[in-house]
Amino acid sequence: MQLIQYLINGISIGSVYAIIALGYTMVYGIAKMLNFAHGDIIMVGAYVSFCITSYLGLPAVASIVVAMAVCMLLGIFIEGLAYRPLRGTPSLTVLITAIGVSYFLQNAAQLIWGTAPKNFTSVVTMEPLHLFDGQLVITGEVILTVIVSAAVMIGLTLFTSKCKMGKAMRAVSEDRDAAQLMGINVNLTISTTFAIGSALAAVAGVLLCSTVPTLQPTTGSMPGIRAFTAAVIGGIGSIPGAMLGGIVLGVIETFSKKYISTDFSDAIVFAVLILILLVKPAGLLGKQTQEKV
Amino acid sequence: MKKLLAMVLTVVMAVSVFAGCQPAANNAADANTLKIGMTGPLTGGAAVYGTAVEAGMKIAVAEINAAAEKNGGLKIEFKSQDDEHDNEKATNAYNALKDWGMQIFAGAVTTGPCLAIAPSTVSDNMFMMTPSGSSDKIALTGNNIFQMCFTDPNQGSSAAQLVFDKKLGEKIGVIYDNSDDYSKGLLNGFKTKATELGMTIVEETSFTADNKSDLSTQVNQCKDAGCDFIFLPIYATEASQILTYANKIGYAPKFFGCDGMDGVLTIDGFDAKLAEGLMLMTPFNPDAAESKAFVDQYKAMMNDTVPNQFAADGYDVIYSIYNACVALSINGETPADEVCAKLVDYFKTYKFDGLTGSGMTWDANGMISKIPAAVVIADGKYQAL
Repeated sequence: MQLIQYLINGISIGSVYAIIALGYTMVYGIAKMLNFAHGDIIMVGAYVSFCITSYLGLPAVASIVVAMAVCMLLGIFIEGLAYRPLRGTPSLTVLITAIGVSYFLQNAAQLIWGTAPKNFTSVVTMEPLHLFDGQLVITGEVILTVIVSAAVMIGLTLFTSKCKMGKAMRAVSEDRDAAQLMGINVNLTISTTFAIGSALAAVAGVLLCSTVPTLQPTTGSMPGIRAFTAAVIGGIGSIPGAMLGGIVLGVIETFSKKYISTDFSDAIVFAVLILILLVKPAGLLGKQTQEKV
Repeated sequence: MKKLLAMVLTVVMAVSVFAGCQPAANNAADANTLKIGMTGPLTGGAAVYGTAVEAGMKIAVAEINAAAEKNGGLKIEFKSQDDEHDNEKATNAYNALKDWGMQIFAGAVTTGPCLAIAPSTVSDNMFMMTPSGSSDKIALTGNNIFQMCFTDPNQGSSAAQLVFDKKLGEKIGVIYDNSDDYSKGLLNGFKTKATELGMTIVEETSFTADNKSDLSTQVNQCKDAGCDFIFLPIYATEASQILTYANKIGYAPKFFGCDGMDGVLTIDGFDAKLAEGLMLMTPFNPDAAESKAFVDQYKAMMNDTVPNQFAADGYDVIYSIYNACVALSINGETPADEVCAKLVDYFKTYKFDGLTGSGMTWDANGMISKIPAAVVIADGKYQAL
């Protein structure tokens, strides 16, 4: 029974990683860049939601919608200002810019909201389920995060396979120049990718802070790195892979905390990453691509 | 064009050579102003402590300067430098203060930077009093170094004594931060005393700075071990996560924290009901009558935030130093090493009453001795335990 309880906790935090990883993987898959500022957009989303519920007293749903809108605009803005001028430059340049954007967002948040941590009130009002005489506790947050991340995964898969914009995204991902020749507006497609990724980040921020209530300017950075790891484990660029990677990572983390050591959980998680990459370099569900030289 | 640019750059270079000379003129010592410097994390992850100490010190300085006439006109010029809780930046900040002409060093705020700066203060013969650096290693670095807060092992051991005396728990669990010297120091003091008193710690679990974003496993571990009392030698931020999660899963042991727990009630958005019954050791009670004037000024300065122990420690540091300087007729022209020698001697027999206790004394190592006070949170307020 204990084992199941820890499994549930692992899936809970894993689903949060999964939803962040979905944003990472989408941007990487289409724009072919690692947006390290993704974790900080999550933080901004959580802060916006916090301000709306705590200071304006509006319901949680409204706060999520506003947070999504703000993050969407922020994502488009960052892409246009920081990444678009660098398109075509070596990927290292873009990567370093992304790290710069990440620092910028963290410090801006510090200026706006201060450094003192805030306690995020969970958006879930559901009472926890107590099963088997209270031996097993499933909180409302667990149920919500699992449902939301699964829904987002399915939604994104459908979007990229069926929708016109989604198809354009895949085309841009496959060959940017050829897509442009076919009449696809590459800039618009990439902006849309960032908009969707950032809106997802807002949802992820709200779910993350509902699970773990501490909200401070650095809230997004560690989960962001974990989620990036999750995306790599699952095969970066693959949407179901991000989901699988997130949950695998969450469960490994929780189990290693419980059964091995709370202090070495990170070491174990990253050791697993190395192992998986040694065996399957493209990640669990990643596509093996052959480079022709 | 290039020649012109080269010329301009040469001129800029030449002028910049003299740039260093300018401040020296402003640094001339004035007999009536004592120069006290402070470093602390004013930005970054630990800024909540640095800004609290800084504000507490500024309040003390403003009060002293307004009433300077009573003390022969001796005023304080106060300067704070940001160290971002980073050891290297702390050393630079300390050196900048020395260049400014600092006579007494009232920092640093956090343990790491304190330990980084301490050896320099020893070689400089600079009197150092940290408001909140609580590792016992700080004061042991040199006899010019004093502490306003408890050392960690001492506090941990008095916590264990209190738990034993008041019979607060049978099955004791501990959740601590294994990447933090403060937390480990408290834990060691607590464990040593607990073993001595024959108490049993049934679960000891930890987290690190990098994996503290999810603490549910640790709470579940204590629950599985059947703990009815959990000792939390950690800071309020992580504790609020633990309290929230424990409440969510309906687990209600007694929680007991140390001075780092202070401030849990002022976390924005934190439901104070969750902290009901939480016990903590803190030398400063903002709800006490004698703290009122300070609390009001602090609130006016810091957007209505209630001051925590760090702010009160900062306030006490300035007053303890200033009162000693007045008694020893140290003034703005006394060189730093002479100030240090006089103060070190004076503090051996010094008795100081402040916001964080009355009748405080310091031992030969510079560690403070004051009465440890424990409070319990009831109706959203601190009440004596």
